Parts: sequence; structure tokens; C-alpha cells
Amino acid sequence: MADKRRILTLLIPLIIFLMACFFLFKGLYTDPRKLESVLVGQDVPEFNSPDIYDLEKSHGTEIFKKQKLLLNVWATWCPTCYAEHQYLNQLAAEGIYIIGMNYKDNHTKAIKWLTDLKDPYKISLFDKDGMLGLDLGVYGAPETFFIDSTGVIQYRHVGDINAHNWKNELSAIYENME
Amino acid sequence: MLAEIGQFTLIIACMLSLLQTFYPLYGVYTHNQSAIESAKLLTILQFVFVSLSFLILSYLFLINDFTVTYIATNSNSLLPWYYRLSAVWGAHEGSLLLWAFLLSLWSTAVALLSKRLPIESIARVLAVLGLLSVGFYLFVLLTSNPFDRTLPYFPIDGRDLNPLLQDVGLIIHPPMLYMGYVGFSVAFAFAIAALMEGRLDSAWAKWSRPWTMAAWVFLTIGIALGSWWAYYELGWGGWWFWDPVENASFMPWIAGTALIHSLAVSEKRGVFKSWTVLLAISTFSLSLLGTFLVRSGILVSVHAFATDPTRGLFILSFLILVIGGSLLLYAVQASKVKSRGRYSLLSRETMLLINNILLVAALIVVLLGTLLPLVHKEIGLGSISIGEPFFNRMFTILIVPFALFLGVGSLVRWQRQELSGLFKPLAITLLISTLATISFLFTFASYFTWLALLGVFLGMWVLTGVGYELYVRATHRNSLWKGLTKLGNSHWAMSLGHAGLAVMVIGITMTQNYSIERDVKLEVGGSIAFEHYDFHFDEFNDLQGKNYTGNVGVFTVKHDDKVIAVMKPEKRIYTVQRMPMTEAAIDAGFTRDLYIAMGEMLPDGSWAVRIYYKPFIRWIWFGPLMMGFAGLLMMTDRRYRVKKNKNAVVQEA
Repeated sequence: MADKRRILTLLIPLIIFLMACFFLFKGLYTDPRKLESVLVGQDVPEFNSPDIYDLEKSHGTEIFKKQKLLLNVWATWCPTCYAEHQYLNQLAAEGIYIIGMNYKDNHTKAIKWLTDLKDPYKISLFDKDGMLGLDLGVYGAPETFFIDSTGVIQYRHVGDINAHNWKNELSAIYENME
Repeated sequence: MLAEIGQFTLIIACMLSLLQTFYPLYGVYTHNQSAIESAKLLTILQFVFVSLSFLILSYLFLINDFTVTYIATNSNSLLPWYYRLSAVWGAHEGSLLLWAFLLSLWSTAVALLSKRLPIESIARVLAVLGLLSVGFYLFVLLTSNPFDRTLPYFPIDGRDLNPLLQDVGLIIHPPMLYMGYVGFSVAFAFAIAALMEGRLDSAWAKWSRPWTMAAWVFLTIGIALGSWWAYYELGWGGWWFWDPVENASFMPWIAGTALIHSLAVSEKRGVFKSWTVLLAISTFSLSLLGTFLVRSGILVSVHAFATDPTRGLFILSFLILVIGGSLLLYAVQASKVKSRGRYSLLSRETMLLINNILLVAALIVVLLGTLLPLVHKEIGLGSISIGEPFFNRMFTILIVPFALFLGVGSLVRWQRQELSGLFKPLAITLLISTLATISFLFTFASYFTWLALLGVFLGMWVLTGVGYELYVRATHRNSLWKGLTKLGNSHWAMSLGHAGLAVMVIGITMTQNYSIERDVKLEVGGSIAFEHYDFHFDEFNDLQGKNYTGNVGVFTVKHDDKVIAVMKPEKRIYTVQRMPMTEAAIDAGFTRDLYIAMGEMLPDGSWAVRIYYKPFIRWIWFGPLMMGFAGLLMMTDRRYRVKKNKNAVVQEA
């Protein structure tokens, strides 16, 4: 009997540890999702970011309040962005208004990229230190935010936009926005 | 091609560690001698292959192979060669490879240096270490492969190493810290092996003691280096921020400190054994937890928001397997351990028990402070943050009994101490330390605060206690000088380690209470004076570095009208990442540091400049250096070098 009680006492560290694991496990999944749910349905956070072609000129949230649009996060260090770029050119040609956000990147290379590969963006923001990305909760590039004409984020797409996912799901989300 | 070879050797190392886990254990249970003997060879082979892999990655960094994604994101051709080399562990993938490499290094050290141990015990220990290696290899290979290629669109040049990390301190800080973290795996493996064997005796404590001490030394130095790096590189003049990443390294340190003390009791007196095993398991578990917290991005901070749940999930599963498994084994096996030694309420054993209780309390404070915000959010109470004031208050409270008991602890005898015998030592220590405190504050403090009085007194109390104890032991049978030469290395180590803590306590107290920080607006030609110091802003020049440009300010510093230093704080812009960095200028001294950091240029052409006067801040790092040296000294003690008498072990078993 005494031995049994001793084992139970000795089990306490294990029980505490397993409880801690439960919280760690939940923490692993809730954090990014929380960011997502917080942002969808909200205004784009206040910001001030320079234009990629003219670093003296800066943009704020007013650029999101004219029409519905896509905010695309990209960088030259991201191979998937390269693949995505051609499709964005095609979407822009179809008349979709896209704002680009160059994220944590080298300025010269970014300009070279846009001149070489054609620029699909109506406005290009240059987020060199990733502060706007941080406010938006970006985890990497490419990522695209769907923003309606009142400047409210309606959807967030992680990963590249391609002909397949655009036709199957994303275009519907875009069409349904005001 | 080379990158693929690197990955391939890593896979081979993984296979070898898998063999190292199971084949020797199979040998132990079937009494197959050659299988048992194979443990050492497998360990060494595994080390050879992981070293190859590590060398290949380092070489790829040196030759700027930007087809490898990890190198493209963390290095740049303009980087000096030594930073390209330290960039190997500058980010996630490489630091895990470093971790696996060091684990194998420790395992090999155990295989080669433990000739005195019975071969079955070594086989068990190496098998446990092998299992840990398997976990880390799989983690690297499956979720964080540093050899992945960027093909087909590889960049012409890399994105550069984070400028914060381009620093000498950072070349050595992470390997030191990791040596400490990983080193506790040896203590862990010894504990698990002893539990599997069902044999927890003083011999076990004696074997694992020097290994634990070695890991603790590395961790101590690693943390001190990190603090020093933060002080001169971050440009805020702070030396400890209670940041989750820092806490992650501090928790295993506290547990490890408790462990080395508890091991001492287990070795000398044969008590506290099951507690010591639990501490050994906890210390390494906290090292793993630290990795989990830092690497899973679960504690989202401004600097780490690249969260990747697969990595976190992998580490968590690994944690549950390793820690959960060992705690289960502990619950089942430790119940069989019976403590035979007896001790009365007033004895060295009790003193060390108090030391352990206080350290565990400190550990719980840090653990709760780090994890509570997470738990709080999960149970739906919203986000909270526990900041510096909480930790500072708790530690100010805990250090008081800790230092008071430490000062007298080593004067108390093992097993049983008469209370009357303590009056004289206590009275003398109290008298001397009070006098020392008063004269110290009178000389160095410009005004009085209660906290400063308390902190300096605690430091002096410990120093006096240490000195008195040395005096008593030395003059016990001999004259003072002869007696001092006869004291063993581990005795000196204890005294030096405790003195190191005292030095650190005094340093922290003085820095926290008497620092002067001035944020001033200065133009070239202007000056500012305080505390007998006069800072004159002489000139402002351009600066051209290899991978950065910037400006440098030149300040002449006078103390009582005598020029004592010319200080040159810098503002750098790193060309590739376009990241501005502040390089503070520091004039270091034994009793004070002067610290100048350039802020922003103001519209009228003057500069915002931060000037700090930090008394005794060097002592904060000098203390841990003494502790680290003390640990090394302890490992050189005779009893760990003497050839073991074979019969003794058989009897103890």
C-alpha cells in the first residue's frame, strides 16, 4: 500500500508535464488562426509605407478605399512569387486592381524584377523592414489579401495564386466583394 | 552535388544513431558481449558522419553556394569569412544541425572518456544518447533541412546574415549555450540508464557529476556571453531582458545549479537520490522545452513571427516521448529507491535542501512567467504579459534567503551540527560583512538606498562566509598557509563559485541602483557633464565598412578635467538588408562603464545621443566567469582522475 502511494506521488511530475503539453499543443495552433480571425472583417491597419519607385513618396490606408482590390505580398527571394508573377500579370490585364507589397527585400533587385517581368501592380509598396507585414500578420511570401472598396479585409490567401485556385475558389470570393 | 553528399552523410548518421540505440540494448538484455561493445564504435562512427555533414555545410557557406536556400537566406558574398562561418548557426536549420553535431560530440566524449565505467552502463548511457540523436536527426531531415536547394531560380547573391548577428560575441555565444543545453543530455542519459538498471547509488552520482558540471560550465559562460552581447550590441545598455528566449536558457541553468548541488549530496551522503534523478530529468527536459519555445514560434515576439506548426508539432511529440517516457520510468523505478543516510534538522544536508527548494522556487517563477501568458490565453482570459517588474520583484525576494543560507551553509557540518557551534562564526561573519558593506557603499555610492544596502550586504555576507570557512578549514590542523595548500580542488571550486555569485549580486545591485542614463541633444562641438565626467562631441565622420556604410561620432571624455578616453559610437546601415544598426562605444572599467549610443539625427542637424554611466556592470559577467572557472576546477579534483578500484563498484552494486 505504501509503495502504491509512493508511485502516485512520483507520478505527479508526469501529470504536471502532460498538462503543460496540452497547453503547448493548443498554443501551437491557436496563435496564427487568431491572427487570421482578427484581421478578416477588419480595416487594414493604419500604416505609412514608401512607394517602391519613389521612396520619398509614401502611401497610407487611403489607397484601399477606392475600389475592391488584391494586396499581394511578394519578394525577389521567394521562388514561388516568380511562378505566381506571370499569373498576376494576366489578372491585371483582365482589369483586376492589384496593389503589390514588396516584403523584406533588396530595393534594386525588386525594381529589376518589376522591369524585367512586367509590373502588374497599380501601386507598389516597399516594406523593407517588414513592419507593415507584421501588422498584417504575414507569415511569408506570397500571400494575398482580398480587400473591399471600404478598406475592409475580406479574405486572406496564403501561398501563390494560380489559374487553378483562382478559377475554383478565389475568383468567386473576389466577385462577391463589393 | 556537395550539398547532396552533406544530406546523405546526415542520413547515414541518423541510421547509425538508430543502431546505437537498439543494438547495444539488445546486447545488454541478451548478454551478447560484442553487441554491448559495439556501442562505442557506433557512437564514434555516427560522430564522424555528422561531422562530415557539418563541415560540408560550413564549406558551402565559405564558397557562397547560393543554390542552397539556407545559405541564400542567411549569408552574402560581401560578408567576411568568419561571419560566413558563424552564419552556419545563424538561423533555425543550421542551429539544429549544430545541436545534433554537439550531441554526437558529447556522446563520443562519453564513449572515449568513461573507461572506468562498467561496459554495460556505458552501453545503456550511449543508447539513451543515441535515441536523442535519432530525434534530432529526424527533426533536421524532415522539417528543417539546411541542404535544400533553391533551384531553379537561385539568387545571384544572398540576403545576408541578420546584422545583429554579425558580431564576435555571436560567433561563440550559441555554440557555448548549445554545449550547455546538449551537455545536460549526458546527465539525463546517466539518470535514465541508472533507472533502467534499477541501480541508483553514490557511484552513479560520482560518474555523472563531472559531466553535469562540464555542461553547467558551458551554459554559465554561454548565458553570460549572451548577456554581454546584448549589452554592447543592442544599444540599450541593458544586460538582461527577461525575454522568453533568455528565460529558455535560464531555466535549465537554474535546474542545473540545483542538480550539481543535489548530486554532491547524493555522492557524499547517499541521500536525495530520487530527487537528484528527477532534477537530472528536469534539467534536460527544460533544455528541450527551451528549444521548443524558441524554435516553434509559440511565443510570438516581434522578432520571430515565422511560425511553422509542423516544426512545433514535431518537437512537441518528441518532448512527450522523451520527457513523458522518462517521467513514467521515474515514477515506476524511483519508488524502489530507499534512502539509507540519516541527517538531523541542522546539518549540511538541510542547507543543501534549502538551496534546492529556493532554486526550484526561482525556476517556477521563471517557468510561470514564461508560460502563464500562453495558458492565460488558452483558457480564454485574454492576452496578458508578465514583464520585468514581476521577475525583478520575485528574484529580489528569493535572493535574500538564498544568500543568507549560502553564507553559512558551507560552515555547517554534514549529518549533524550543534547550534551552539554556529554562534561564533555567525557573529564574526555578520560583523565583518556589515563593516565591509558600510565601507563599500561609503566609497562607491553617491547616495543611499535600502535596496543597495541589502544587495551589497548579501554579497559581502557570502564573501565573508566563504573567506571564514576557508580560514577555519585551513587552520583546522595546520598553519594558515600550509592548510590552504592542502585544500582539495573541489573545495576551492566551491569557494570560488560562491564568491562568483557574490560578485554578481554586488554588480547587479550597483548597476540597478546607481546607473545614470541621459538622453541628450548634442551638436558637434557641444558637451554634457555629470558625475565628474564631461563628454565633448568633437566631430562627426563618414564610415565605410565592407558590407555597410555609416557615420561615426567622436567624443572626448574627461574625468575631473583629465582626458580619460576618446569614444567613437557608430551608426551603420547594412547595404544588403538596408538595416540601420547602432554600434555603441563603451569605455570599460573595473568599477564603472561609460556607454555612448548615437540615436537619430534631428532636423536642426544635432543628434539625439544616449549616454550611460553604469557602475560595476563588469562584475555581472565577471561573477559568472568565476563560477565557470570554479566548475572547471571542480572537474580536476583528484577523485575524478584516480583509477577506480574495481571491487568497490561491485560491492556498491
